[in-house]
Amino acid sequence: MNDLDTFRSETRAWLEANCPPEMREPMRTEADACWGGRNWSFQSDAQRFWLERMVECGWTVPHWPKDYGGAGLSPGEAKVLKEEMARIGARQPLTSFGISMLGPALLKFGSEEQKERFLPEIARGEIRWCQGYSEPGAGSDLAGLQTRAEDKGDHWLVNGQKVWTSYADKADWIFCLVRTSTESKQGGISFLLFDMATPGVSTRPILLISGNSPFCETFFDDVEVPKDQVVGEVNRGWDVAKYLLGHEREMIAGMGLGGTDGTLGAALQPDDALLRAEVAAFDVDALAFAAMSERFFEMFKAGEAHPASPSMMKYAGTELNKRRHELIMAAGGSDALEWDSERSKKGKPARDWLRTKANSIEGGTSEVQLNIVAKHILGLPGA
Amino acid sequence: MPLLTDDQKMLQETATNFLREEGRPAKQLRHWRDSGCTDGYGTDLWKQFGELGLNGICIPEDQGGLGLGAVEAALVLEEIGRNLTPSPFLTTAIVGARAIEGTAHAGRWYPGILSGEAVLTLAVDESRRHAPEHTALAAERRGNGFVLNGAKQFVIHGNSADVILTVARTGGSPGEREGLTLFAVQKGAAEVESVALADASKAARLKFDQVELDADSVVGEVDNGWLPLSRALSAGRAGSAAELVGVAAGASAMTVDYLKQRKQFGKLIGEFQALQHRAAHLYGEIEIARAAALKAAELLDSGDGKAELLVAVAKAKAAAVSRLAVQEGVQMHGGIGMTDEHDIGLYMKREAVLGELFGDVYYHRNRVAELSGY
Repeated sequence: MNDLDTFRSETRAWLEANCPPEMREPMRTEADACWGGRNWSFQSDAQRFWLERMVECGWTVPHWPKDYGGAGLSPGEAKVLKEEMARIGARQPLTSFGISMLGPALLKFGSEEQKERFLPEIARGEIRWCQGYSEPGAGSDLAGLQTRAEDKGDHWLVNGQKVWTSYADKADWIFCLVRTSTESKQGGISFLLFDMATPGVSTRPILLISGNSPFCETFFDDVEVPKDQVVGEVNRGWDVAKYLLGHEREMIAGMGLGGTDGTLGAALQPDDALLRAEVAAFDVDALAFAAMSERFFEMFKAGEAHPASPSMMKYAGTELNKRRHELIMAAGGSDALEWDSERSKKGKPARDWLRTKANSIEGGTSEVQLNIVAKHILGLPGA
Repeated sequence: MPLLTDDQKMLQETATNFLREEGRPAKQLRHWRDSGCTDGYGTDLWKQFGELGLNGICIPEDQGGLGLGAVEAALVLEEIGRNLTPSPFLTTAIVGARAIEGTAHAGRWYPGILSGEAVLTLAVDESRRHAPEHTALAAERRGNGFVLNGAKQFVIHGNSADVILTVARTGGSPGEREGLTLFAVQKGAAEVESVALADASKAARLKFDQVELDADSVVGEVDNGWLPLSRALSAGRAGSAAELVGVAAGASAMTVDYLKQRKQFGKLIGEFQALQHRAAHLYGEIEIARAAALKAAELLDSGDGKAELLVAVAKAKAAAVSRLAVQEGVQMHGGIGMTDEHDIGLYMKREAVLGELFGDVYYHRNRVAELSGY
């Protein structure tokens, strides 16, 4: 038996002993995902227990170093853990932008003090983070952002407004792009971390077409931020932002996978011949994309992926996910149009369908991703 | 899916260098087309394939081959596609070799395949649509052998092949997998009508009129022809998917190049976002098609239960993407793309033939649906 086999059998036994049966059920609502943070109220004792046990092992962030709350697993071991969790249908113990977005950026660009201060509390699910990127006047043209951070000697003074801040009303801290210089567009941006409880920070949820409010407007009015909370160098925040966006895009691209093993057609059983044909065309694209995701992961691990390739994945994955939900709606017919009946689980198909329309906008629009591929991968002129 | 091993990368490099030089259109496709070659490919090049060892990819080591698999075949076929190289590699070294694997015919034909002297092909289709289960060509027992009556079409290289692996019905009825038998039909046994296809390759329509075959010509077992046939078809579908990825990649590289050279309205046309976005979309689609083709090959090699599904995905995806690539290629080249002088149109014609071979996009989408239970 090699090391990985040993690891697999130990992991399997540990998961069997420690993953509560409730945490092996598929998630039914958004509240079933555990986001952690100061104000989190656990859905159940099982949810709390599962998070605590996984935190003890460092398995909320298995590949992070042990010093920062991870388990220091090799890519091979991390894959085994993922497979073993999938085998029993174990839920992710913690869903967090700290894990999927800020963490990787801190690991690459953060100071030692910042890593020691912020990473373990992310790993333990103690602090819930939100992302302050877009502004009313800076969407696709993100580097045109205007939120200012003035150097006041012993602190930064932040003024401005962010928009599309996911779960800002529930978050404890924000990682935020701010303008620290007007001399250059990209070269005047810094990456700042601060507590959402700081005086001068306020949020307002935005009601979306789905009837839900996952996003907020976030306002900064003379917010004082300690000087040591800039990640990377002052005015070099664009590098951090781009790196983090790569991770965000990978995460969003994952939506292309749809979260289940089977094909869409197997789930929908379309009885109309023309719809069946469209669903089959979709399933071909979806299974091909799943193969691409595996390959992308392996290439990334081996350092063979083009740095701009998350843009390709994000574009393909989100366009696919929008198609998936169009087909689910088509197959659902008039049943799928019910908005708040119990029968429709409070309009789940329709609300999910509408939610996917943001996939090709958030994290950079499809058009922006295509610009990036055209310029950085194909080397087309003037792109 | 693990990335390529060092050995696979070396094989890929060998194929890339060899085909970029020896297999390019000016030296092969155009040369043989314009000189009226009846085979549609060069026999010298076929021997060179043999000398390089490429023909042994699917042949076991103890029979003189390399004992490799569908992944290695895919690497070579992508380069064949990229260069539009006409050769009997797919029908002979992949499909043919897989069909006769482990049968009495292996010993007879493997040496010729390995040296690049023998040409094999598979005769399945009987109408304009691919439908192997619907084989009707009748093989009746007579004495110690069989008598064949019926017809086949779209038999690639069927006019030059030394042996045509022909699927016929010895039992059951059209629509059933049971009762099929695969026969090794030697050159000259059936009546051959040579047909030039759109891409300048040569295929055959075959007529079997009381063609007598002895019992030795059966490949595998009587009534159990589905076994060698499906082995051959899977290899051929995965292989043609990989070749289509090469066609797409070749057409797209040529097109992106053109976008960087052609000027209109005082600028390079590659500066126009309308074209940039289409080129970028195509880039992603080709990457995805390649991933699907390699995944299918890998599952075939490991004997995975999902191989059949992924082979159908790969063929459907690669054909659709390759079609997009050649259409965008011709359109973005504008008028020059319509000329015979430019190579981009050759890609369009090659894609049309390869896309149809062993089942088109619709055939394989339907298979994905059936294999998924809907």
